[in-house]
Amino acid sequence: MSIQSEIGQADLVLEPSVGDFIQLMKPRVMALVVFTALAAMLAAPAPIHPVLGSIAIIAIAIGAGASGALNMWYDADIDARMARTAARPLPRGRITPDEALSFGGVLAVGSVLTLGVLVNWTAGALLALTIAFYIFVYTMWLKRRTPQNIVIGGAAGAFPPMIGWAAVTGDISLQSILLFLIIFMWTPPHFWALALYRCRDYERVGVPMLPVVAGPQETRRQILIYSILLVPLAVVPYFVGLGGLAYLALSVALGIVFLALAIRVYFTTEGREADTAARRLFLFSILYLYGLFATLFVEALVSRVLV
Amino acid sequence: MSDNAKDKKQSEEAADRIRRRRSIAIALTLGFMVFAFYVATIVRLGGNVANGVY
Repeated sequence: MSIQSEIGQADLVLEPSVGDFIQLMKPRVMALVVFTALAAMLAAPAPIHPVLGSIAIIAIAIGAGASGALNMWYDADIDARMARTAARPLPRGRITPDEALSFGGVLAVGSVLTLGVLVNWTAGALLALTIAFYIFVYTMWLKRRTPQNIVIGGAAGAFPPMIGWAAVTGDISLQSILLFLIIFMWTPPHFWALALYRCRDYERVGVPMLPVVAGPQETRRQILIYSILLVPLAVVPYFVGLGGLAYLALSVALGIVFLALAIRVYFTTEGREADTAARRLFLFSILYLYGLFATLFVEALVSRVLV
Repeated sequence: MSDNAKDKKQSEEAADRIRRRRSIAIALTLGFMVFAFYVATIVRLGGNVANGVY
């Protein structure tokens, strides 16, 4: 049975809608990218004109969307065979591969040029690096070859705060690298927790996620190691002047919960409880990252209003 | 009108509607780009024109 015959009446209209193209840009990933970049822009020790700040955020969001579209173009074959991704526009036949490639390519070039010309070229170059890293290093090279795919590939998701910071200051500083490192260390426990209970999906399509290659127990051990490294690292912004007391309190409190959930994942190895523990860590990890950057955001906003 | 012809007509109308929305979205995006470049240019120039710093 063809894909077309399986889909509903609405899908039989062979015209990609605006919604299909929005879905192609991975809007949920875009939201996280925008949020972390915006928090870094506000936390950066310099002002930026609101118009240029807004353009920077839109360009970063479009750049992230371009990465998502190009990723879906390249991964259409495996997306069609995984439950989590089978409903994406390419596997459903709503958008052709050529359309996805053109759309992603135009957005990628457009977002980099806009950020470079209108804001500054440090930020533009970092955005170009992020898109290139996500597509060439993660999607095309690492994803189907090594269980370390999301460790190294995670760098692409960690760049946005550095881009936001560079949009304001025009340079790369230790503080922006620290924000990069927090997301970089957060990525493995976040995705491996997901991979633990979606293991069969990845196995079926031959993506060498850690639970498929090294087994669930090794994955749980790696999750715990990265969590132990992540939690103290996430407190450091307070000590370098990036975060205030609210950030210190929240990063410690959320960190304790994160560690407790990672320990539970490590010790719960059998049955549905193991899946539940992994799912809880996965969901909490999203809250954790949003919580850290939301606190940085609010603190920076308050200090700007008060000054 | 047969069911097939009716379905085909409905499908064509739906396709037209989708195409129109897509065209509007592209037009709005291009319009926004022009506006953004114009405003950003003004912001970047700012008082520099009056000061002779280009």
